[in-house]
Parts: sequence; structure tokens; C-alpha cells
Amino acid sequence: MSDIAATKDKYAAQIAGAEDLRVLDDIRVAALGKKGEVSKMMQGLGKMSIDEKKVMGPALNGLKNDIAALIEAKKTELEDAALDAALASETMDMTLPVGSPSGTLHPVQQVMEEMAVIFSDMGFSVAEGPDIEDDFHNFTALNFPPGHPARDMHDTFFMTSQEGEEPKVLRTHTSPVQIRTMINQKPPIRIIAPGRTYRCDSDQTHTPMFHQVEGLVIDKGIHMGHLKGVLMDFVSAFFETDVDVQFRPHHFPFTEPSAEMDVRYERDGAAIKIGQGESWMEILGCGMVHPNVLRACGLDPEEYQGFAFGMGVDRLAMLKYGMPDLRDMFAADTRWLAHYGFDPLLQANLASGLS
Amino acid sequence: MKFTLSWLKKHLKTEAGIDEIVKAMTLAGLEVEEVENPAEKLAAFSVAKVLTAEKHPDADKLKVCTVETRDGVKQIVCGAPNARADMTVAYAPLGAYIPGLDFSLDKKPRKIRGVESSGMMCSGKELEVDEDADGILDLDSSFDVGTSIADALGLNDPVIDFEVTPNRPDWLGVDSIARDLAAVGVGELITPDIPKTNGSFPCPVDIKTEVPEACPTFIGRVIKGVKNGPSPQWLQDQLKAIGLRPISALVDITNFITYDCARPLHFYDTAKLQGGITVRMGKDETFDALDDKTYIATSEDVAICDESGILGLGGIVGGESTGCDESTTDILIECAYFDPLTIRRSAKRLGVNSDAKYRFERGVDTGFLLGGMDLATQMVLDICGGEASEVLIAGEVPTPPKAIEFDPMRVTELTGLSLSDDEVEVILTKLGFGVKRGPVWTVDVPTWRRDCSEAADLVEEVARIHGYHNLEAVSLPPLSGRREPTATLTQNRTRLARRALAERGLSEAITWSFALQNHCRLFGGGEDMMLLDNPISSDLDSMRPSALIHLLLAGQRNADKGYPRSALFELGPVYRGTEPGDQSLSLAGMRRVETERHWAGECEITALSAKADVFAALSAMGANIDNLMTLEAIGDYWHPGRSASLRMGPKNVLASFGELHPRVLKAMGIECRVVAFEIWPENLPKQKMKSAGKAKSALSLSDFMPVHRDFAFIVAEDTKAGDLIRAAKGADKQLISDVSLFDVYQGQGVEDGHKSLAIDVTITPKDATLTDKEIDAISEKIIAAVMKVGGRLRG
Repeated sequence: MSDIAATKDKYAAQIAGAEDLRVLDDIRVAALGKKGEVSKMMQGLGKMSIDEKKVMGPALNGLKNDIAALIEAKKTELEDAALDAALASETMDMTLPVGSPSGTLHPVQQVMEEMAVIFSDMGFSVAEGPDIEDDFHNFTALNFPPGHPARDMHDTFFMTSQEGEEPKVLRTHTSPVQIRTMINQKPPIRIIAPGRTYRCDSDQTHTPMFHQVEGLVIDKGIHMGHLKGVLMDFVSAFFETDVDVQFRPHHFPFTEPSAEMDVRYERDGAAIKIGQGESWMEILGCGMVHPNVLRACGLDPEEYQGFAFGMGVDRLAMLKYGMPDLRDMFAADTRWLAHYGFDPLLQANLASGLS
Repeated sequence: MKFTLSWLKKHLKTEAGIDEIVKAMTLAGLEVEEVENPAEKLAAFSVAKVLTAEKHPDADKLKVCTVETRDGVKQIVCGAPNARADMTVAYAPLGAYIPGLDFSLDKKPRKIRGVESSGMMCSGKELEVDEDADGILDLDSSFDVGTSIADALGLNDPVIDFEVTPNRPDWLGVDSIARDLAAVGVGELITPDIPKTNGSFPCPVDIKTEVPEACPTFIGRVIKGVKNGPSPQWLQDQLKAIGLRPISALVDITNFITYDCARPLHFYDTAKLQGGITVRMGKDETFDALDDKTYIATSEDVAICDESGILGLGGIVGGESTGCDESTTDILIECAYFDPLTIRRSAKRLGVNSDAKYRFERGVDTGFLLGGMDLATQMVLDICGGEASEVLIAGEVPTPPKAIEFDPMRVTELTGLSLSDDEVEVILTKLGFGVKRGPVWTVDVPTWRRDCSEAADLVEEVARIHGYHNLEAVSLPPLSGRREPTATLTQNRTRLARRALAERGLSEAITWSFALQNHCRLFGGGEDMMLLDNPISSDLDSMRPSALIHLLLAGQRNADKGYPRSALFELGPVYRGTEPGDQSLSLAGMRRVETERHWAGECEITALSAKADVFAALSAMGANIDNLMTLEAIGDYWHPGRSASLRMGPKNVLASFGELHPRVLKAMGIECRVVAFEIWPENLPKQKMKSAGKAKSALSLSDFMPVHRDFAFIVAEDTKAGDLIRAAKGADKQLISDVSLFDVYQGQGVEDGHKSLAIDVTITPKDATLTDKEIDAISEKIIAAVMKVGGRLRG
């Protein structure tokens, strides 16, 4: 029995002194391998009497287990130490810059998407049409008789034309899309027409190209109260706050009665806050579609009536998102785009909000 | 249109203040742009009396005055030569801002040559009420001390400026403004009684109009023995208040009537007339006009002539030769009607603007021809004296506008307002309409309201006067049934593609639809038919054939400002012609190849970066990018060796991309290489039929491990990797699920003019694990297929 204790002590000392896993494994082989010392001692059991076996069997098994446990413990210790040593050298400068800069989406496109979302909820589809228009769709069908002073107010761009040909124009509003829709589609009609529009004018608040969204509703029994309702619903949804509005009479050739809508606002330093305040700002024109416009599109004004409205997208974008100068919208300055542009992951919708 | 509150009150009996009037105007459709009250800048100044004025002990030109002011008796040192005791003066207290000097007085009394002075006595120039700087204002002694200077000078009269919409030429006269305000209940309309003057002798000047379309009516009358001097103070003040310069009584009278009732007139000095007046079209004649310019009257312009020839342009501008001056004694008054369209075209072509033209081109009141003559006669006789002839009417007064058949129910139908018939009638009557009630009403339209021709016009009048603020807002009734998505396929596709591009680091821009013609030519456009007749500037004169033009220019601008590496894209139209079908939607983008240093190595921008952009956009739009053909790019603005197009079939081009041609970039002043793309979203195929439903086809997964085999092929240098990959893929369409290129090598071990392409082929068994033999058979097929495109297995 003293042999067993001595053997255990010997190996315990060796295991404790093992410096790496290889040495430890050599110790394991020397002690517990097939030809190892403990294995040999266990082979001696066969020559023993039953009584001796009863004593020595468990004792040798105990020895084997004890040594195995010591080896296992030492192994875990050595592995941990090895991993710690490795980890100590596996470092990275986590301040190194990563990734590539992401681009942005243009605020005018964002605002047009917001408008599409709001009007879609009221059942409006998005209609489109060409930028280069003829006189009929841009003016005559909209009840601008030839020579009408209101034509001058449009600062129209004309295309060069052959002698004797009526020159084409760059559309001065997206109203021609309304005309095309009314000619090609039977009521009920609910559309918005966003797009590029052009007027020969350039200063801080005018650019020769700008964007409009117009709306058109044609049905039976649609009246001016509906127009007011739709626009009040729209403007509060768009500015994402309660907006107090004022309707006042105005004149447009293509609507009768015609109106303009103002919103309340106040200045806060250089910023403009829409919704409340002491001042009114005009933001859109609207009215009941003129009977002559309906007739020009082959609709009977006795049967169908409806309303139309139009607003400047760029200006609404400036009011909502605080861009100070209209001309910057189309300059493609990368600093401006980075500052005023929108994250591409953002999708305007009514569930999560417009922006 | 500008007018003053006091002028309005000559036509409107009202107690309303300026704020109430402005609000009422706005709500009635007279959009007020500005209200300026000259009294505001004079608020600090008040009437004071000089009690004593003694010479300053230490200065010859200064006086020491004691002045009774609203702040008590003050001692004021004054340098004005006219300062004297008992004078009534304009007093500025300490701290007051003096507009004419643009400074403020000290807040504490200051010593002038040792004598304390508390405040100032002001000249007209210092208050900016006149030009007189030689002495201080010498006011009428009847004003009490403390009276505001604005009141003392009659300047407490707000000037209102508002926008006259083209449908309402009558608003160019103060009388019509008053009528609308009376209708909305701000006051009571004053209809002045214009006395009729019966002439005491026949009109000695013969008048005829030979052009009844352009000038249907010319009413004339001579007044003999007038005296033309300065007009009375009230008239001068009234004109000055709205920014008109008083000239002489006769001129001031025409200006007054032009603004008072939108009735332009013209006065001729009959001494300078030769024979009678004839109205005809011009015969390319030249004349000197009253605006100091010379015009040529063509056959498009209305010429007023006497026997000597043209005198002036009818309705636009009078001539110098017969103008009235101080020596004028006999005048011919012209009160005419000219066709608005003729006036408009004429004035536009000749580039003339005048108060008369502004009214005639919009249409003056045809019912106020004789009335206008009567008013003019009366004013001339009152102010200048003289004796009037009978009135001569050449031509015919235009017929009044047609009556409108009107069902008052239209008010409710069009606006949702419910007004009683009586309310409707009251509004129309107040505006001057004549109402004959019946099952359907007959409404007579006043001669100054030719904008009203049908029921909707009357509805607007009723709603406008009742007030749009009284309209009840109603939400639109919801549409019945299931809603289809309201956006079109292309709208939805581009919405996603734009986001895919932005995610790849490109920023969205919006740029002009027009560009410089020479730039357009570089991009296959710029034909003369695409030119604008009246461009905003010469560098934006042509409709663009490509959205790349402005993106390239913007990129260069950014670089010039010190911000290189622009990566921009734009979704917008491009134009091949002027018909609607010639416009297409382009999604174009570009990246400037300007190296950026990065610690992890450079991410090089090449033509293939543009390809990756295109693939990102196309797959965001749902295109099957695996099955596209890669052919040559469309347009000769691409680099010949580093560009391509992606097509569905040989004709349908979805996109071109690559490096832009260096010659094109140089011609545009772009100073670095640029890679770019143009995608045509409208060329993508339509979606599958809706009947197919939204469900995806069943997923089939193989239970067997995929097998990978690598091959390296030697091919000629110009062999396209895409062709080799397609050949390998096609070798066994059932079992080969993927082929990926993992190495391209040129150099040692590969002969000159060749390259080695190494591919990893994935073979996915369907029914059973493949045997070595089967795999070898597939390998043979791959090698054979690649051989057909010129590849041999690398040894």
C-alpha cells in the first residue's frame, strides 16, 4: 500500500511541475499508458489472492483515477494559460476607421414620396406626363385663350419651331397631366401629378426648373367643401403638426371658383415654423375645375364636377426641412446633398411617420 | 395697384380701420401685398411752438430757442436761418431717429458751444417729407402743441398695394375696390354724381375710326380756354401718396381718373393738331412719344393720326407733338375703347408699359365711356376753367356682356354652402349684377365684369363675398372596394433602385433638364429642334439627351471647390425629340476616379465599379441580372475598350456603363477620369400577370452534399470571362448550380497574349450522390464546352 501512496506522490509532483501539455502527456503515458507504471501495477492484480485483490483492486483504481484527475486539472490549467498567452498577443486597434460613406436621397424626391403617401391614403394615384408640351395641353384646354394676360404670368419657355408651326412649350405647370388624364380616363378620377415644371425666371425664390404636385378629383357631387377638407387633411399630415389654414379667393383661368390656401407660420430667428403664429403664408392654389376645362376634355359640366390644386414641391421642401435657398436644390453640391439629403433606408409611410 | 385709405374713403363710407380693411380685402380676393403708413416713421415727431429765439452767445449762426413741446418747455439750440419766436415747428425729442440724417439724437441733453440743447427742430428734408433743407418746417399756426406731425402734414394715410388678378381689370380703379368692400359689408358704396356737361358748341375737331375691331369707339370733346398750371394741392397730394409725380393740372387729371375709376384718357393740345383725328393701323411710321422714346407703328398697332400723320399709339402712349404744356389753351379729350388683344400684342412687341396700356389690355369698362368723358370734363372745367364743346362719338359703344341663365342651386352644388335665394341675390346686386328671379334666374352682367360669362362665375362671386372661411371642410368620401396600389410599377422600381445606389455611396442630385447645346452634342443630342427659343441663359439652351451632363459638371465644380470624388446619380427625364414619346426616364450616375488613400488599401474605382452600381440598381428593380447579355455600350461617349451595355435580348438595352470617353470629358472640361452608367427603367419587362399570385414556387432542396471542382483554363487575352463562365455553366444545366471565377492570371507560365482563368464549379446532385465516374464525365463536358470558346485546360 505504501507503494501506491509513493507512486501517487511521485506523479503528483511530476504533474505539478509539468510546464507544457507535451510534458504532461509524457507523464500520462508513463503513468497510465498501456505500459505505464500504474497499468503494470494493475497487471499484478492477476497474481493476487482474492482477499488481496479485494484490497488492492480498489486501491489501484483509486490511484489511477487520482492521477487521471490531476492530469486533467493540470491540462485545463495549462490550456487556459496558453489561451491567455495567445490572447495577450491578439490585439487590434479598434479605433481604425471602417466602412465607406453612404450616399443620400434628394429632399425633393423625399417630399414627393411623402406627398404620394398622404394622397395615396385618400385614394389618389400618381399620374405622369411629358415635360415638352403643346399649347393645347398646357394652355388652351386649361382655359387660357390665346393672348390671355395670364399666359404672360407663366414666363413660358418655348422650343424653336419651324415657320408656321405652333411652338412646343416646356410645361409651366403639371396641369397638362390633368388634361391628359381627363381625356383618357373616365371619372371617377383621383390623381396627383408630380413632376418637373419650367418657367423663364431666376432669382433666390425662382429657378427656371422646379417641381409641382397637382391634384385632380372629378366625380359627381364633389364640391369645394371637399377641396377644403382634402387640403386641410393634407397640410397637417405633411407638416406633421396641426396647421391652421386660411382659404381666400384668387384667380386661375382653369378653376372657377378659385382659391389660394395660406398656412399660419412664425419666424424663429432664421427658421420658419409652420402651423401656428401670427402670419399667413400662401402655399398653394386650387379651385373647382372650370366648366371650359371639363368641356375641352369631353366631360359634361352638368354631369361631372371636381376640384384641382397645385403646389410647389421645392418650396414645401424648403419650408419643412429648412433649406434657405431654392437655387441650391439643383446645384448638386456634395456638401449640400450630405447635409440636406435623406438616409436611403428611410421610406416615408404612415405607420412609421413620413421622415 | 396702389391706393390710399383716404382715397378709398371717397368711394366707401366706412368706420373700419386699416387692419379691418386689409383683412376684408384679402378674404375677398384682393391680395394685399404691402401696407405702408408714412405716419409710422414720423411717430416720434410732434408740433411745437417757439416761444423765444435769441442769438447764441458764442456762435453767430446759432440761435438759442425756448420751445413749448408736448414734453414741456425745452431749450433747443438751432442753426436754421428761419427759426424765430412764435413759429410753429416740428419737434424731435431726445433719442429720436431722424430719417433724413440717418442718425438718432443723444438720449441726454448735449451742450452746443456751451449751451445745453434738449431735442431738435426739423426741416422737411430731415423728416423726408420734402426736399427743403434750407430751413426748419414752418407749420400752420393753427396746430396745437403735441399734434402728431403726420396729422399736421396730412400724411397719416396708409398706402395699400395689392395684386390685381388678370380677370379683374376693374380693380385698377379705386371705385371698384370700394364696391367689393361694400359687398362684404365693410361700408357703404358712395356713388358720386357726375354732372353732365352739355357743350355750348359743336366739337370742332372731326374724329373717325377706320378700324372698328381695334378701336370700336373714340369719344371726343374740345374744351376751349383752359389754363394749365400746377394742379390743386389735394390732387398733387393724392397722386404723390401713391408714388405718381404731379406734372400739370391736365396731366394730373388724366392720371387721377385712370386710378380713380380705371378709365384712361388722353388730352391733345388742339393748337398742335392739323385737321381731324383718324384712327387707323400704323404704316411703319415713326413718332416721338411722351415717354421720350421713339416708336415705329406697324400695321399691327393702332395709330391715332391727324393730317400730318401719326400722333401716338392708341391706348398705349401719346405723342410728343400734340402733348399739353403750360401754354396750352384748347384741348381735345379722348375717351376711347381699344381691343385688349391688339393693345397687348402691340405693347409686348414694342416693349412699352404705361398705366393706360395696363388697363386697356385687360379691358376697360365699356359702360363708362360717356361717364368717363363727363368726369374728365367736370374736372377740367373745375380746375382749369374753359368752355366745353358737344361730345362727338366716333364708332359704336360695344354691346354689354350677355346675361347669364343661373340656377341658384349651383351655389350649393359647387361649394357646399347653403345660402338662401335672398342672400344670393343681395350679394349679386351689391356687386352690380342685375337679378331677375324665376325658376331659372336671368342675371345681367355689369359692363365692368366681362370676366363673368356663366353660372360658375356667379357661384364664385357669391362664395367669394360670403367668404371662403365659411366653407365647411369635408373629407373626401372613401372609395369603395379594394384599393390597388396607387404607384406605378416604374415608380416603385425606381424608388428601390435609388435607394440601392445611395446605399452604394452615390448621392442623389436633381439637375436642369436643359444644358449647353455643345455638351448635348457630345451625348448624341443637341439637334436644332431641341433648342429653346428663349433659354434662361446661353449655357442652358438645349433639352438634354443625357442626365450625365450636369452630373459631370457638378462633379468638376465640387472638385474645383476642394471636394473631390463626387459620386452622384439622378433619376430624371432625357429627350430625343419634342413629342411625348421622345421623352424617357433615365437613372444615371457617375463616380469621379480620384484616388482616396485608405489605411486598408485603396478601393479602386474602375469601369467595373459602374457595373456593380448597375447590378445593384437593376436587381433592386427586380431584373434577373444573371440572364442579361453584355454587348457594346450605346452612344459614342463611352470609352471604346472599357464600356458595355446590358440587354435583355439583342435590342432591349437596360443599361450602358463603363468609363466615359476621355475626349468627351476633355471637351467638357472634366479634369479626371469618370466612370458612369445610364439605366433605362422603362425598358425593364412588365411584371408577371397578377393571376400568378404572390406565392413563390416550391423550394426544392437537395439532400446531397454539393461537390466542388476547380479548373484553370488558358485563353486568349481578349477572351471574355463572361463567355467562359457561361460556357461552363451550360455544360450540364441539371447538375451545375454555380460557376465562380476565382483567379485571373497573366505572367510567368502563361504564354504571351494569353491569360489563365480559374473557376470553381459547384455540382449539386439531385437524386443520389455522384460517383467519381459521373463527376469525371461532367468535368469532360465542362472542358469541351470551354474549348468551344477558345479555352484549353492549363497543364
